[in-house]
Amino acid sequence: MTELMAYPATTAPPGLQAGSGPSVAATDDLAERAIRVRERIIEMCAGSTGGHLGGSMSLVEILLVLYFDVLRMDPDAPADPARDLLLLSKGHGVLCLYAVLAERGFLPAASLADYGRPGGPFMAHPNPALPGVEMPSGALGHGLPIGVGAALDARLSGSDRRVVVVLGDGELQEGSVWEAAMAASSLKLSGLTAVVDRNRLQITGTTESVIGLEPLEERWRAFGWTVRAVDGHDPGELREALTVPPELDRPTVVLARTTKGRGLPYVEDRLVSHFAKLGERERRRALAAVRTGSRP
Amino acid sequence: MTTVLTASSREAYRDTLLAAMPLDDRLVCLDSDTGLFLGKDFGTAADRYLNLGIAEQNLLGAAAGLARCGRIPFVNTMATFASTRALETVKIDLSYAHLPVRIAATHSGLSAGNLGPTHHSLEDLAIMRLLPGMTVLVPADAAATVALFEQCRDLPGPVYLRLDRVPTPTLPVDLPPIQIGRAQPLRQGSDLLLVCCGPYPVQLAVQAAELLAARGIEAAVLNMHTVKPLDEQALAGSEAPVVTIEEHWRTGGLGSAVAEALAETGRRVLRVGVPDRFVSMAGDQRFLLERSGITAESIEHAALRALGR
Repeated sequence: MTELMAYPATTAPPGLQAGSGPSVAATDDLAERAIRVRERIIEMCAGSTGGHLGGSMSLVEILLVLYFDVLRMDPDAPADPARDLLLLSKGHGVLCLYAVLAERGFLPAASLADYGRPGGPFMAHPNPALPGVEMPSGALGHGLPIGVGAALDARLSGSDRRVVVVLGDGELQEGSVWEAAMAASSLKLSGLTAVVDRNRLQITGTTESVIGLEPLEERWRAFGWTVRAVDGHDPGELREALTVPPELDRPTVVLARTTKGRGLPYVEDRLVSHFAKLGERERRRALAAVRTGSRP
Repeated sequence: MTTVLTASSREAYRDTLLAAMPLDDRLVCLDSDTGLFLGKDFGTAADRYLNLGIAEQNLLGAAAGLARCGRIPFVNTMATFASTRALETVKIDLSYAHLPVRIAATHSGLSAGNLGPTHHSLEDLAIMRLLPGMTVLVPADAAATVALFEQCRDLPGPVYLRLDRVPTPTLPVDLPPIQIGRAQPLRQGSDLLLVCCGPYPVQLAVQAAELLAARGIEAAVLNMHTVKPLDEQALAGSEAPVVTIEEHWRTGGLGSAVAEALAETGRRVLRVGVPDRFVSMAGDQRFLLERSGITAESIEHAALRALGR
């Protein structure tokens, strides 16, 4: 067995190591990327099939910070065995994943126009045939167990690979998540990080009105995890939570408070944003909203 | 019925894995508190034995994660837990993702005996053979288990290895070598074809062939140890009626696979298997098989019906 892994300083850009606080320049850069990613999500939702708008918009800063500031990966070598592993367990957030993979250079931006084309690879859930997509997902509750296995491999190999699993909050109602949560802490998998997109909504209502998740921080702590609660739309807070080295022998969960439909004030926090097929007028309205009303 | 019971296929699997692990860093043994490895020493591979407890979704998911990173996980659980409780994980994270996880599925068929229908597995062949890219292996004795273990190690996709719980009869040692995807001929004959898999069905099929020979009927016997991919070539090349024998519900398993393969040829296929109900009574494996109508005599009767006699 190898010692507890130490994350190299290179996981964060200069000036952004743990505790150094967000860099204004990087935040601005990321804010511009966030606008572009949201525009791409809107364009895909305006295609022939529509898509999961709300839960993709809530994920934007989380995935951007992970792909640009945290994870070691090379778009030119997506199968590099030394890369960090990101598993999007909430597979319905795929529009954000596609848009961020394009932003990061794994996919040509123009290829997103292919979303939903019959016979094409861009389905409404992650297609593992696409570069940068590590595993299929869509059925909820699969990512964290896979993450447990990947983190076990890293430990057996003496590798400092990081494994990050991004979950939805409604997804936490799946029992398999808690099987894996129990295993991860029992196995002391400090190389495993879970990020929960806590947008508080699922298809039919708030998570608390369906099957309540609170007190969520206490629940994760009781399962033996280090909990870091952050504003999931604040790149600085996300960056810090995701780059501070883990506590000894404990996996880390980042509970990211987000807003479903973020960027479109007229649907934010509303159930209607869950899935959308935007007509031309709605498309233009949405594009204008993210461009003019965006908050970093 | 043959009464020489040597080793169970799960013990043969266990001992083979114990010997293989120190020699191959890719191998990882994931256990689910089965007790199969209690007191066993993995030697230098001890850190690659992990007991993940009683949580089969996490067990199979973690296996997928290890396989995604280049490992070859052998997962120990009971057949019914792998094929029903953890099915969605097997379908998506092993089959769809096409990862080289090996499921060592013990307590298959009625081998859990007295433990009852919660632990019997009479559906697993039907379920596993549906999944794209899954290789489904049913060794008929300990020696076949060892051979199939070695052969499946480097397959790129997932493997379902169907194992028993308790010792079962052994086959003669002078049989043609076993090879994944190729049926093993156990007996020649041109009047009828008996296709079987698993320890008792294979033994019973050979016994039934002897009963039929006494009536002047020559039956060929094929040990279809690989249920998927099915050796359709071995089924072709004859017009003889077919009787299938398996320790599985009559629906969906080997008999269905053979019937599907032959449906367009007009050949007659009769299936011997467990009737469409739970075997909810006390009794060991052999008793429950007899009560389920899986006997040499029932195979003989099915054969006579298949021949229109």
